[in-house]
Amino acid sequence: MNSVHIVSAFDGELAYVVNKIGAMGGQAERMVEQSVRALVNADAALARRVVADDLLLDEAERDIGDKAIALIGRRQPLAQDLRQVIGAIRISADLERVGDLGKNIAKRAIAISGASHPVSLNRGLESLAELALLQLKDVLDAYASGDVTKLAQMRDRDEQIDLMYTSLFRQLLTFMMENARMITSGTHLLFCAKNIERIGDHATNIAETIYYVQTGQQMAPDRPQGDLTPSIVIRK
Amino acid sequence: MLDRLRALIPPGAVATPEAARTIRREGNPTERLSASSFAAALSDPVIFFDKDGFVVDANRAAHDMFGKLDAGLGLLLKFRAPDIRGLVEQLLAGNAAPAIDYIERVPLERMFRVSGSRVGEDGLFVLIFKDQSEVRRIDRMRADFIANASHELRTPLASVAGFIETLRGPAKDDPKARAQFLDIMQNQAGRMARLLDDLLSLSRLEMKPRLDGGARVELKEIIRAVLDTLGPMAAETKVVIDTRLPEGDATVIGDRDELFQVVQNLIENACKYGRSGGRVIVAIEPQADGVDLSVTDFGPGIPAEHIPRITERFYRVEAEGGRVEKGTGLGLAIVKHILARHNARLSITSQPNVETRFTAHFPPME
Repeated sequence: MNSVHIVSAFDGELAYVVNKIGAMGGQAERMVEQSVRALVNADAALARRVVADDLLLDEAERDIGDKAIALIGRRQPLAQDLRQVIGAIRISADLERVGDLGKNIAKRAIAISGASHPVSLNRGLESLAELALLQLKDVLDAYASGDVTKLAQMRDRDEQIDLMYTSLFRQLLTFMMENARMITSGTHLLFCAKNIERIGDHATNIAETIYYVQTGQQMAPDRPQGDLTPSIVIRK
Repeated sequence: MLDRLRALIPPGAVATPEAARTIRREGNPTERLSASSFAAALSDPVIFFDKDGFVVDANRAAHDMFGKLDAGLGLLLKFRAPDIRGLVEQLLAGNAAPAIDYIERVPLERMFRVSGSRVGEDGLFVLIFKDQSEVRRIDRMRADFIANASHELRTPLASVAGFIETLRGPAKDDPKARAQFLDIMQNQAGRMARLLDDLLSLSRLEMKPRLDGGARVELKEIIRAVLDTLGPMAAETKVVIDTRLPEGDATVIGDRDELFQVVQNLIENACKYGRSGGRVIVAIEPQADGVDLSVTDFGPGIPAEHIPRITERFYRVEAEGGRVEKGTGLGLAIVKHILARHNARLSITSQPNVETRFTAHFPPME
């Protein structure tokens, strides 16, 4: 009887932490989406809201950290239960970083909201952000369902994000070389592109954590690159 | 007479005393209907969840729209948007909550009006999603269309206007210049017409992001039909098109007109940008997990840094030596869009000056 009580108390406390991760995820997804929208539409008001929202994520991360430590101390979980708790600490740290990167994009959006830049750069940033958001959505969905089968293909997409970032980087450099007056806004855009690329990396980290939580094993290392032909695979 | 008139009235059109009596005697049959069988009849996604926020049941429409929603899934882990969370938390706290808008950006932009309430006495709750994507998409499409059309049509239009001015003024009496300018103007007019066609088909595709029905399409037949229409263009560019088609059947689920456009755009591009290679290969290869359709050319190829972005709208590869710009910048965007609707994958590989291949990988039929 007593053990049932302990088990359900642990489950309840774990459910609180897991639920909080979901909330952080939703918040982080929204910050990334809104910050890029603010950047592309030069919407300083929206950008300021994003900056303000970052506090919520910082707070949630601290809360998850406190609860997780208390949980380990009091319930001394083992095996998958322990991995769940440690996983929550790691994922919340990644999501907090994603929020920081979103906030940084928003700050830069405010800084350059007066300058205009070419449509093609905006399109490039948008499609980069779309990939990163898709990556984030897929890992968070996988966290919800506990389904690890699709985690491996996320590496492909991360590679795609990197390639697209490299391409944008070159385009931005050319753009700045041709318009010396645009170096300030160009540099801000460059950091924004880098931030989005980093968001993709954090999503990949989360994917690896989920895999570890669910299976107890590390995800297989990256596939060797046999073929160096430049190529890309476009998925939905 | 009265009987004959009564026979004209369809059953159920008029309440009969017998029906009312039956309902009074045996109770209202809808009272005994289960919530899930009722939800199954609805075309809007409906999700039931318990007081701890776990999914209990979801109807077919919800599965189609949001993917697997197994019982026991944490509702708020799947629907993480702060607005939905606020709604659900209000409901679980026992309060009534106003409907909210839920917007999904990726993989397709979708918008729902979400309302929820408590149902029954067993601590069960329900969320109902009303799809508003169509309305939103029409708005966006209109804005996008205007922005794109005005931006992209300005260049050719300015060039035509410039030539008209020249023809009226300095080149008024110069027949050689006139012929040359008219040629250019015709090209530009043609380009504008193609641009409008492409913008319209892209807009149409975006309006309807999902395919309806499970029509079957034979890829070999499509390739033959495309080659028939492209014959003159291939001859003009002096490119030889080889086909490598398997003996067996290569049928996929899809829309014939859309796949025709995919094959046409890919072959056209290969002939246009790979014409110096003199040869284009169109192949179908059955794979363990579906079918590959590929178009390969042997032209200058695409520099590595452009490959990731080549399917973006109006993205242009500035080739060295200033390649003649013939495209609208939308062809591959259309291809990507159509393939995404078919759950197909597009992969692009290019080794400059060796070979460039576009492959569409279609999933198996079942």
